[in-house]
Amino acid sequence: MSVKGPKKDQSPVKVTRRTALGLGVVTTMALPMAAVAQPPARQKPQAGDFLVFEEGSNQGEVVRPELLLLDQRPVSALARDPATGTLRSGSRLNRVMVTRIDTEKLTPRYQRYVANGVIAYSIVCTHTGCDVTNWDSNELLMACPCHESQFDVYAGGNVVGGPAPRPLAILPLRFSNGEVIVAAGFTGRVGFTQQF
Amino acid sequence: MKMTVRRLLGVLAFSGVATVAFGQTLPPYNPVTEERLLNPEDSNWLMYRGSYDSHGFSELNEIDSSNVGDLENVWSFSTGLREGHQAPPIVNDGYMYISTPQNHVLAIDARSGDLIWRYVRYLPDDLFQFHPTNRGVALYGDKVYLATVDAFLICLDALTGEVEWEIPVEEYYNGYYMTLAPLVAEGKIMVGVSGGELGIRGFVAAYDAETGEEAWKTFTVPAPGEPGSESWPGDTWKTGGVPVWITGSFDPELNLTYWGTGNGGPWMGDTRPGDNLYSTSVIALDVSTGEIKNHHQYHWNDSWDWDEVSAPLLIDFERDGETINGMVHAGRNGYLWFLEREADSINFVDANPYVYQDVFTSIDPVTGRPEYDMSKKPGTGYEADFCPSLWGGKDWPPAAFNPKTRLLFIPANDNVCSTMVGEEVQYSPGRAYMGRGQSENGGFFVRPGADHIGELQAWNVDTGERAWTTTFENHNWGPVLATAGDLVFMGGTNDRYFRAFDASTGKILWEQRLNSGVIGVPVTYTLDGKQYVAVLAGWGVDAQREQNLINMAKGESHYVPQGGTLWVFALPENNNE
Repeated sequence: MSVKGPKKDQSPVKVTRRTALGLGVVTTMALPMAAVAQPPARQKPQAGDFLVFEEGSNQGEVVRPELLLLDQRPVSALARDPATGTLRSGSRLNRVMVTRIDTEKLTPRYQRYVANGVIAYSIVCTHTGCDVTNWDSNELLMACPCHESQFDVYAGGNVVGGPAPRPLAILPLRFSNGEVIVAAGFTGRVGFTQQF
Repeated sequence: MKMTVRRLLGVLAFSGVATVAFGQTLPPYNPVTEERLLNPEDSNWLMYRGSYDSHGFSELNEIDSSNVGDLENVWSFSTGLREGHQAPPIVNDGYMYISTPQNHVLAIDARSGDLIWRYVRYLPDDLFQFHPTNRGVALYGDKVYLATVDAFLICLDALTGEVEWEIPVEEYYNGYYMTLAPLVAEGKIMVGVSGGELGIRGFVAAYDAETGEEAWKTFTVPAPGEPGSESWPGDTWKTGGVPVWITGSFDPELNLTYWGTGNGGPWMGDTRPGDNLYSTSVIALDVSTGEIKNHHQYHWNDSWDWDEVSAPLLIDFERDGETINGMVHAGRNGYLWFLEREADSINFVDANPYVYQDVFTSIDPVTGRPEYDMSKKPGTGYEADFCPSLWGGKDWPPAAFNPKTRLLFIPANDNVCSTMVGEEVQYSPGRAYMGRGQSENGGFFVRPGADHIGELQAWNVDTGERAWTTTFENHNWGPVLATAGDLVFMGGTNDRYFRAFDASTGKILWEQRLNSGVIGVPVTYTLDGKQYVAVLAGWGVDAQREQNLINMAKGESHYVPQGGTLWVFALPENNNE
């Protein structure tokens, strides 16, 4: 790479986290340190977290199956640390879209990620990182408003249209005491696809 | 230690003669001076549109309408990347620079087609790329300047690709990003910001070419108390959009740069009642201070996503026997605007539709202010059909002008329309802030009975009349190059052809099918006295998105492959024998 750090005698750069991310050489050193220092709100959803509605009529409430109707437009949600109450809102990579499906119709290998019909997909399109907020109510597809990628909620978020190169990551869920709990971290990498 | 070509160059660059691993010797780098930018030589292509007036025109005429049919590929170069390749190859005495989606910059030996160096930018994982593209680099001195999609301005060494400095122009996680080629004048590097879909407050900013220090920053949405602020109610100005994402024009005599501005945000005009200055306008900025000296708003209180970001072409045209120091803009709103540029004002001359447009009911003959058929204006909870579509009669692909024949060439789209409805939206930093609801078929339709969509139009700027139109079945996203060989070069169609047109008639004289659709800006230059034409192929961004909607509207599944490739064409060696 020709990516090098700025020349100290010429650079007006204020070294911020963003600056560090922009510099290849610095990135390799900065990332492990950043991971250690990651504040709870920025940490990805953790096993045991609750999910909380981020929008809609149930905004702020803990996600429960009865608050979602079958095959309806997914709504955004965030994980919340049950011990501290910290909402993991510090990164847009943490956001998920939750909806309620007929688990029996879901591709079998993904059924273990569903909590009493509730399934959670990363909101971040794998193409260029837009929020996948549109919904095709006829085909039951999540759709990206930026470049028209379509993802099948009954096929593990598989790409069925548009330029997205890989499925949406699933946030595995389990059902406990009437509530939806995060069972594990995302099943795949979240974020746009860096090429090359 | 692995010695890469780039590292090798880094060592040898100080000698002034860089040598690549393949053994070729590159010429000494010819620094790009202010004088060269003011009077760019025909043998090179030093900036986005070739010259400050944005004509996209070259005096070169070795390749002309009599021999262009013999044009053949000299070499090509794959970028290894997908998405929209829209940048012009920038050429400086044998050195060629291209930029790509995800902000790679490649320096290429224009003679051999060999890579000299490659700059690769690592983008943050949480980046939100509405428009995965880049529209070119700028050259100044012995540096290369790049505006990035994570909102940095970067200065690279032209010989080695090493980062000289980089500065954050704004915060990407608040929705700011950049896709335009910087504009260089008076030792300043000028850029504008994208992000009108994400609740930004647009601006143009200038930075010292040597140090990167900010010289000025001018918002396109005035703050309370500033001129024009009365056109924004309440706090709407804070997130009012009005991005600037295409390189401006520059009039050295007036010391003014002319920038096109985008629509206001959110998209529905009823969320921000008022004219919303300086949205959907051309603004004239003083290069020294950044002060907005004057402006003209093409249409007020936009609700159609009709960014008017294309910079006007600075063209002096005739009206009633008089020569007007003018500028011309093929609007996304479907009207062709003729304006007069003066030191203290921009004056309306005339405007007429160049594609089917069903929104404007009249244009004030003095001010140029349009009136609307309000049934065609979408609103929050009000769905409306309108033509042209949200991508307009012409989106960003630049028009070109041949000053010899007086013809302006417009890459247009006709007969496509949108359906749009607004929905309430809450601002959250870095998130979509358009307030556009979902409509049937993606909110897109083709006019019943239409026999084509894409067009290349030619207009005589002195008579204001259309000279010819060449049509294409589907949409056209092709930037245009005009040459003194009485030729027009353009790709833009979903059949992957790159074409040369007879500039007098519009007839296709030559076409070559490439690896992908061509949405790159074509350029021409000479090496050792021989003329070349270069263009980036690489379908993506809105051309790809519109293809999806056309497929839906027509019930087709037309596939356009992606992948960037730089193509260089010339006449055969024995052509003139």
